[in-house]
Amino acid sequence: MDKDIVINTDKLTKKFVSFTAVDHITFDVRQGEIFGFLGANGAGKTTAMRMLCGLSKPTEGKGTVAGFDISRQQENIKKNIGYMSQKFSLYEDLKVWENSRLFGGIYGLTDKQIADGTDEMLRKLDFEQERNTLVKSLPLGWKQKLAFSLAIFHNPKIVFLDEPTGGVDPATRRKFWELIYDASERGITVFVTTHYMDEAEYCDRVSIMVDGRIDALDSPKRLKEHYSAQSMDEVFTKIARKAQRGD
Amino acid sequence: MNAIGVNGIEKSYGEVHALKGVSFDVPQGELFGIIGPDGAGKTTLFRILTTLILADGGTAQVVGLDVVNDYKEIRKKVGYMPGRFSLYQDLTVEENLNFFATVFNTTVQENYDLIKDIYVQIEPFKKRRAGALSGGMKQKLALCCALIHKPEVLFLDEPTTGVDPVSRKEFWDMLGRLKKQGIAIIVSTPYMDEASLCDSIALINEGLFLTIDTPAGIIDSYPETIWAVEGSRMPQILTRLREVPQVKTAFAFGDVHHVTVEPDFSPDVLSEILHKEGFPDARVEAIKPNTEDAYMLLAGK
Amino acid sequence: MLILLAMPVVLVILFGFAITTEVNNVRLAVYAPSKDNLSRLITDRFDANPYFSIVDIVQSPADIDRLFRENKADVTLVFGEDFENNLMHTGEASVQLIVDGSEPNTATMMSSYTTGILATYQAELSAGSSAGGGFTVIPDVKLLYNPQMKSAYNFVPGVMGLILMLICAMMTSISIVREKERGTMEVLLVSPMRPISIILAKVVPYFCISAFNVVTIILLAVFVLKVPLTGSIFWISVISLLYIFVALALGITISSLVQNQVSAMLASAMGLMMPVMVFSGMIFPIENMPNILQWLSNIIPARWYIEGIKKLMIQGLSVEYVLKELAILSVMGTVLITVSLKLFKNRLE
Repeated sequence: MDKDIVINTDKLTKKFVSFTAVDHITFDVRQGEIFGFLGANGAGKTTAMRMLCGLSKPTEGKGTVAGFDISRQQENIKKNIGYMSQKFSLYEDLKVWENSRLFGGIYGLTDKQIADGTDEMLRKLDFEQERNTLVKSLPLGWKQKLAFSLAIFHNPKIVFLDEPTGGVDPATRRKFWELIYDASERGITVFVTTHYMDEAEYCDRVSIMVDGRIDALDSPKRLKEHYSAQSMDEVFTKIARKAQRGD
Repeated sequence: MNAIGVNGIEKSYGEVHALKGVSFDVPQGELFGIIGPDGAGKTTLFRILTTLILADGGTAQVVGLDVVNDYKEIRKKVGYMPGRFSLYQDLTVEENLNFFATVFNTTVQENYDLIKDIYVQIEPFKKRRAGALSGGMKQKLALCCALIHKPEVLFLDEPTTGVDPVSRKEFWDMLGRLKKQGIAIIVSTPYMDEASLCDSIALINEGLFLTIDTPAGIIDSYPETIWAVEGSRMPQILTRLREVPQVKTAFAFGDVHHVTVEPDFSPDVLSEILHKEGFPDARVEAIKPNTEDAYMLLAGK
Repeated sequence: MLILLAMPVVLVILFGFAITTEVNNVRLAVYAPSKDNLSRLITDRFDANPYFSIVDIVQSPADIDRLFRENKADVTLVFGEDFENNLMHTGEASVQLIVDGSEPNTATMMSSYTTGILATYQAELSAGSSAGGGFTVIPDVKLLYNPQMKSAYNFVPGVMGLILMLICAMMTSISIVREKERGTMEVLLVSPMRPISIILAKVVPYFCISAFNVVTIILLAVFVLKVPLTGSIFWISVISLLYIFVALALGITISSLVQNQVSAMLASAMGLMMPVMVFSGMIFPIENMPNILQWLSNIIPARWYIEGIKKLMIQGLSVEYVLKELAILSVMGTVLITVSLKLFKNRLE
């Protein structure tokens, strides 16, 4: 197998009693890639992402994440990935540095690594004066940037981002994506879902899920050419309108 | 008479100044959008207008009635869809609808023509529990429930948040049709691209309105020329653009970067710089700004 | 957080020091038809004992009955017709102890204290006698209300007080708070529905369930546990409905004060269940608690309900004897429902 491939799935499937949430999806993600994982509500994105993070076992097919089998080596996977979602991100009642101490500790970093990492992270975010601020008193956009920085604090191979920019103001949204680029340049693979179609354009490659299957997978440029569309929004609309599943 | 009249509304929660004096009017039958990120004060404003909380200062009228003194009358005349899904999860679609019809002293049959358009889309699932619906479907049911008593004003607090682009478009189509029935609709959203679908919009940031105008008006009054820059290796282009001293702002906007420059700086010079410095395929062209450009400019001040 | 840390402290102090199962204030009545010297001496003995206090020297057997009905005495000491005479001449005399048996634990304790004091006196008497012959005072214990000392007599009223409080207060508060949490309250408030209708809609089902529960508990008590239902079913129902009403009002009050289901649960459990268990007299006799706790127990509705039910159901007293309980519960109900309606907001904050 290609050494560069950090996520690989082969006919990955998740069936619930009478319902196939994820239906034989097969794809690869290369190291350092920004991979956009799009789809309508109910298309199966969340279920697929859970399987990749080792939180849920596939009923059929197989997959590897960071070289570990997703049905058998979940614990190894968890050590090698970072995760951030719009809903759960940080402990609101802890200070900024306490959050980094906590997450660093969870991933088994040494005190020195945590201390140095925190300094570096705060410098990069221009947050040095907020070190002792309670997270709950930070503006939403700042929280999201901080949450992302903590998701990659332990230098994971892959970071999963579930709608990381929902409800964030336009300027912060862009700064957030600059952090994503930065992480990708450091070799961290970024696996991201979003409902903002302009953000789909920022991805190296994009997959669009419809009714549990991956209907399209390519670079935004090639997708636009293929569907003779002006924007990813148009591509998405053309593909997702075919959905049969009453979401 | 305006459907809504708001004058200098203020509200604080302890230290947090959620609304810092907001004024606007919404004429009858208008689709009015309040656009801004989470935490800008949208939900607080909606709750004040729906008589759920009291403002600290300022006055507001809904259908000509005062939100403080005439709250009982207002509650009969408005429809409200809160930001989060707030129907009974363990009742079926049909039961929810009947329940809310009863709460508003009406029946589903009485105003069926108003919701028919939307209800037919969820009717196949009418025996399903509301909690088992997902995304767009829940949102359609909530809209039906908010409309069941034929309100004069409809308040929709972030109805499309977290909803995929296709369902969002469908939802806005529904709002367009409702507007034709003469219902004033006031809707909040964090998605800037939805601005163009409203008659008027207010951009809100940190408890203040940045501007109130028609979507076209906001674009027209944008004081700068936007230059769109595209090419391969977009992230690197962005970094380089920001190093050019004459570039005022440079941001990624989908597949292009939006750039504003000093007045006397020619875009040809800009493209020359890029071509020389390893971006031979970079193109620079003037484009119309969009709502997001306007928001970033106004909020950045 | 504070609750979690303070809880063990409160419980340990309550159970360890303040609340004892010891009996220390037995209200004693004496009936001595012979009015002889010896019976007076024995009465003085009891009067001097810190655990006993003489409440009355009665003149006729009818008075004994009245004292118990009015709950003014716990034990009555009845000396035989010719007590001194019999003892002095035959060396044997009998004393009857009539003990209120409606609380079995307390009843056992009280009768053993009483016989203990009698035995001590008898020993002194024998030792002091020059004749050397022993004197025997034979106590004859008679339990009123609960001759077989069944604990069911005690716990059935307690269970009723507990269950009704649980269902009415806890369930009502949780169900209202759930609407707040789910956001449905927001939608209901922005509707022409009046807050009072929302409250009624929440309360009526639990009222019905509770009324049904009263019937089930009584049926089980009578037919399975063989607790006699001696009193008026009508008045038992009245006091139960009154108590349910108080509990529902408490539930609504809690729901106005808390914002989520967990706090509603905690408030009901810590604020209602615990006091009901401790102060209802079900486990620990209230008479023996320190004054401050006795005073506290007065504000616990369950205490009055359980007392009322005991009188009506177990002791078979007529309604005149529970007027006090009925009145207190009515006042509590009125106050609480007024407070809860005041607190229930027609806005979100």
